[in-house]
Amino acid sequence: MTKINPDTHNGRACCTRLTNIGVRLGSYNALEQVNLHIHCGELTAIIGPNGAGKTTLLRAIMGELPHTGQLTFMSAHNPTQRQRPRIGYVPQRIEIDKSAPLTVLDLFASAGTSWPIWLWYPKRVRDGAREALACVGAEELIERRLGNLSCGQLQRVLLALALKPVPELLLLDEPLAGLDHAGTAQFYEIVSGLRRFMDLSILLVSHDLNAAAAIADRMVFINNQSLAHEGTPAEVLQHPEVRSAFGLDMQFRNDLPGSTAALCPVNIGDQP
Amino acid sequence: MNWWYCLIDTLPFEWAHFPFMQNALLAIILVSPLFALIGTLVISNQMAFFSEAIGHATLTGIAVGAILGLSDPTWSMMGFCVLLALAVTVLRRYSKVSADTLIGLVMAFAVALGVVLLSRGGGFAKYSSFLIGDLLTITTSELGRLAVVLLLVGGFWIMYFNRFMLTFLNRSLAQSRGINIWAMEALFACIVALVVAVSIPWVGLLVVNSLLIIPAATSRNLALNSRQYVLIAFSFSLISGIAGLVLSFYWGTATGATVVLVAMVLYAVSFLKRR
Repeated sequence: MTKINPDTHNGRACCTRLTNIGVRLGSYNALEQVNLHIHCGELTAIIGPNGAGKTTLLRAIMGELPHTGQLTFMSAHNPTQRQRPRIGYVPQRIEIDKSAPLTVLDLFASAGTSWPIWLWYPKRVRDGAREALACVGAEELIERRLGNLSCGQLQRVLLALALKPVPELLLLDEPLAGLDHAGTAQFYEIVSGLRRFMDLSILLVSHDLNAAAAIADRMVFINNQSLAHEGTPAEVLQHPEVRSAFGLDMQFRNDLPGSTAALCPVNIGDQP
Repeated sequence: MNWWYCLIDTLPFEWAHFPFMQNALLAIILVSPLFALIGTLVISNQMAFFSEAIGHATLTGIAVGAILGLSDPTWSMMGFCVLLALAVTVLRRYSKVSADTLIGLVMAFAVALGVVLLSRGGGFAKYSSFLIGDLLTITTSELGRLAVVLLLVGGFWIMYFNRFMLTFLNRSLAQSRGINIWAMEALFACIVALVVAVSIPWVGLLVVNSLLIIPAATSRNLALNSRQYVLIAFSFSLISGIAGLVLSFYWGTATGATVVLVAMVLYAVSFLKRR
C-alpha cells in the first residue's frame, strides 16, 4: 500500500458539529434531535438497526437531504473557517449494469474533469487516478470495466475515488455490505491506514461491530431515528440497549471492557 | 448552403440529384448523430420509457399549437414537452410512486388529452403526418431551425456530459462531489424533450424514440469504455440514418421507420458479435 506523504495533507482534518439535526421526509421524521461532535482526525463509527436513520444522517451531512438544526464545520487549520468541507463519500452499494461501458478510469475522469470523458482525458486525471488507486491497492484495476469488478474491488475503487481530491471529511456508508471476510479485513486495514497517514475525519456506518470497534475512536448508536448513545466503542457496546438491539450476549455485560471477543453473539450450541 | 447541393449533386446516384433528398440528407446528418449521443445517456440512466413518453406527449403539444392558431406547432410542441419533462422530474422527486408508473400515467394523460383535442369535429386525420413524419418535405429554413436547436442542445450535452454520467451512476456520490443533482436531472429531461419535439415532424412520433435508443443499445454490445460507447453509437446512427434515407427513397417508404429498421439490423448483428 502506498503511503501518502502526511506533510502535504496535514491540517485538513475538519471538525463537524451537529446541533439538533432533524430530517423530515414528507410526514415522516427520518431523524430527530441529533447532537454530535465529529472530532478532528478521528474515526467515528455509526451503528444501529436497519432503518434507524444512519444513511439519512450521512445524506443530511452531505446536503442531499434538507435538514433542520445546525450543521457547523470547522477546519483544524483555520478554526474561524465555516464553509462546507470537501467530502469524500463511499456509497452503500452502486447498482452497475453489467454491460455498462464504463471503466475505472472513466469514473475518475468523469469526477475529476469537465472535459467529456469520451473526448479526451487530461494527463493529470490518469496520474491522479493511479495515485488514488495505489492508496487502496487497486492500481491494476484502472482499465477494467466497473461491471466486471468484484464487490470488494468495486468498494476499493469507490474509496479511491472518494480520496480524489483528498477530502476533509470521509463518509463511508456500510462499505462492507456484501464483502467476504478477507475483503472486509483488507478494507478496514486500508481505512485505518488512511486515517493515520492522511489525518482525516472519518464517519463510518457499519454493521460489523467487531471490526468497527477495532478501528473506531468513537462510536455512535442510532436507534428509532435519533442518537441513543455515544462514547468509546467499549462504552457504547456495553450499553444494554445496544446489546439487545444487536442480540449480543447479555450475561457478559459486566466483564466486557473493551474486549472485542466478547462482543460476538453467543452461539447457542456453546452454552453449558 | 449552395456548396452542399453542388457537392451532393456530384454523387453518381439518382437520389443525389433531387433537392429534397439533399435537404433530407443534411437533416439526417444533423439529427442522427445527436440522437445517438443523447441516447447513450438515456440508456445509461434507464430513461428509454421517459423519452418514449415525451415523444407521445407531443400530441398535446400539437393540439395546443392548433388551438392557439399557430401555423407551425413546433414551438408549442417544444414548450409542452419541456414543461412535461420538468413536471415528471419534480413529481419523481416528491412522490413515492415508482418512476415507470409515474411516467406511464403522465404519458396516458398527455396522449389522451392530445387525441381528444385533435379529434374535435373528427379532424384527427390531418394530423396523422406527425405519427410517421415526413423528412422529404423539410425546407432550408426548417433545416436552419433544426440545426440551431440541435447545436444548442448538443453544446449542453457536451458541457455537462461528465456531470450527467456521475449523477446517473449514483446520485449520492454525485452530490458528495458538489454536483447539483436536481439541476442535472431537470436539464437532461429538457434536453431529451427538446430533441424529441424538434425532430417529430420529420421522423414521426411513433419511431422517434427508437432513433434515440437503438444506436446506443447497439454500441453497448460492443464498447469496452466510454469513448468507444459514444463513438460507436455516433457512427452506427449516422450509417443507419443515411442508409435508411436512401432505402426509403427507392422503396417509397416513410424515412423514420426505414432508418429504424436498418438500425435494428445493425443491432441484431452487434448482438451476435457482442463482447
